[in-house]
Amino acid sequence: MSKITGSEAVIKCLLKEGVDIIYGYPGGAIMPVYDELYKYQDKIHHVLTRHEQGATHSAQGFARISGRVGVAIATSGPGATNLVTGLADAQIDSTPMVCVTGQVSSHLLGSDAFQETDIIGISTPITKWNYQITDASEIPEIFAKAFYIARSGRPGPVLIDITKDAQFDKIDFKYNKINGVRSYIPVPKINIDNIKLAADLINNSKKPLIVWGQGVILGNAEQELIELVEKTGIPAAWTILGASAIPTDHPLNVGMLGMHGNYAPNVLTNECDVLIAIGMRFDDRVTGDISRYAKQAKIIHFEIDPAEINKNIEVDIPVLGDAKVTLNELLKITFNNSHEKWLGEFKKLYDIEYKKVIELELNPIKKGLTMGEVIKEINIQTKGDAAIVSDVGQHQMVACRYSNFNKSKSNITSGGLGTMGFALPAAVGAKMACPDREVIAVIGDGGFQMTIQELGTVFQTKAAVKIVLLNNDFLGMVRQWQQLFFDKRYASTEMINPDFVKIAEGYFIKANRVTERKDLANAVEDMIKSDEPYFLEVVVEKEGNVFPMITTGSSVSEIRLS
Amino acid sequence: MNDLKNKYTVSVYTEDSVGLLNRISAIFQRRHINIISFNSSMTEIKNVQRWTILVLTSESLIKKIVGQINKQVEVINAYFHTDEETIYQESCLFKIKSSLLFDDRQIQNIIKESNAIIVTVNPEFFVIEKSGRTQELDELYQKLNNYGILQYVRSARIAVTKSALMISEILTDFKKNKNE
Repeated sequence: MSKITGSEAVIKCLLKEGVDIIYGYPGGAIMPVYDELYKYQDKIHHVLTRHEQGATHSAQGFARISGRVGVAIATSGPGATNLVTGLADAQIDSTPMVCVTGQVSSHLLGSDAFQETDIIGISTPITKWNYQITDASEIPEIFAKAFYIARSGRPGPVLIDITKDAQFDKIDFKYNKINGVRSYIPVPKINIDNIKLAADLINNSKKPLIVWGQGVILGNAEQELIELVEKTGIPAAWTILGASAIPTDHPLNVGMLGMHGNYAPNVLTNECDVLIAIGMRFDDRVTGDISRYAKQAKIIHFEIDPAEINKNIEVDIPVLGDAKVTLNELLKITFNNSHEKWLGEFKKLYDIEYKKVIELELNPIKKGLTMGEVIKEINIQTKGDAAIVSDVGQHQMVACRYSNFNKSKSNITSGGLGTMGFALPAAVGAKMACPDREVIAVIGDGGFQMTIQELGTVFQTKAAVKIVLLNNDFLGMVRQWQQLFFDKRYASTEMINPDFVKIAEGYFIKANRVTERKDLANAVEDMIKSDEPYFLEVVVEKEGNVFPMITTGSSVSEIRLS
Repeated sequence: MNDLKNKYTVSVYTEDSVGLLNRISAIFQRRHINIISFNSSMTEIKNVQRWTILVLTSESLIKKIVGQINKQVEVINAYFHTDEETIYQESCLFKIKSSLLFDDRQIQNIIKESNAIIVTVNPEFFVIEKSGRTQELDELYQKLNNYGILQYVRSARIAVTKSALMISEILTDFKKNKNE
């Protein structure tokens, strides 16, 4: 067997893991790998993002829409530190991603060499696992381990740092896929007794409520969840990362939980008798004041990560394991049931929310355009088949609340970390993973300018993403808080913005701007019809607010409608 | 009740790997918890390390922290125990002026009564070593401090648990699952 360089081994490892697209940015310490990427360009498509942060978010978008491991690559020093936000985002949102960084040669480690940074130290708390390769012979095993760890159990980001000498050194290449690491239990053992206890509670409940999260999507358990909901007749509500696991128009889908979620599921969280949490982690944005969260209910928690049990909310019955497996077991022993009267309570509260919030947002009579009517128009024209990639802020809450989703993995957003600048690069990754899907990035004027340079990536790759900029010339969510809690002292939230259409056109991306309601439908139609990248700026009312809202320190049942 | 602070001995069985310490200490640091003492050593199993970490915190927090330690890839298993649930020792060294040993017989009695060991004596100084529970070491320190101590150093706690920890079983289970 002839020897190959460490950098060629890196490429071969990626190929063995089925990687065909990676996102990255070259630089000194990673040049040997780029040289190999040049040779292997017919097998691996390297997408040159315009910033390493963009590479991580693209890899995340790729992973979130496809369920595959996203890959990002960068050089040492600033290249590596620019990955940090994406790693943290992937860690908190459980996104499978492998990041590869170059590092100075091993004899220079620790000497403050040019573009040396301790990326292992920096990335430790924001990775599921990380490793520094200083010897080329480690490359095959470490890559196999990295991909296994990134995608197994509760997924997460892994970073591999490779010194430059290890990229040059020659090794005999042999790749064995890994299916276990001695100290690591990705999926805990199932306890059938607890599933029986859970079924018992569910079968005897009068007012049960399912709250599901991204674990359902990561565990490919959408079908099991739908079967459970339909068999038991239990209303089900979602966290924003769980959105789209059950279609929006399903009669038992009672909407979004949390701070800007729907009225009914938040209020009735504090009235249900059994709360069945599936693949969610009781984030503070979902629970509001935890000391007044579902105190009256017995709580069942289906979860793959034992560290999440009793972390935020004490539960009565933990059901550890992969949701697909545990829900299947549960399905066998739950009764056919319906809860018409209980569902009626959701309907009653929905009607209140519709009248006080939803109708005004979707069919506004005021002059300024609302964010909601833009989302509604997208729903109409895409028939709910699009993947919506949202950034962070008011528009994100509106997009998550009002988008129609027909199929799973359609809501891609930065949940736990709340990373402004996520959407544009994530949409690029999502579109490349699923070229046949309509991918629409919904972004505010603040977040757009955090990764606006990725328009260059859109232009160069021709990835046909549709970019909808909801522009209110404000950092809208912060402004909303300033209005409500800081007596309208708008400290540093108003933005004097450039001509975004000209900027998009500068990147040779078709662009349009809408300022009046009468032009909205046609503009969205033109955008959807385009088979190229398209930029649509919608100038929305300057001081619109997102409601309902659970203010800080309030209980979910104290959710405000205005 | 849950917020009462108590001393907990955290025992972490790990793979022998660079950087894991950083990962574990970050879990304490994130929750603003100071580590009182930390010991890393080999164990009864080849290539398995045992960390003994002493912290002052509440039961509800230590449960969550140990859960978060446990989920790290290279941690085989982690446990927490109260003082009553462990057999533990700490040890310390005192460096004291030799003249005190000869001028004051009382200091000889203190050493004898405390079951401390004289490690070395030379014309300038002598060194005594004492192993025991926290309080015994504290007491000896108080007594000797009256005479003046040139140097004092104390080791981290090491502890074994009264209950079995089943690490070998966990490792065997892993092998079995892998071969299935």
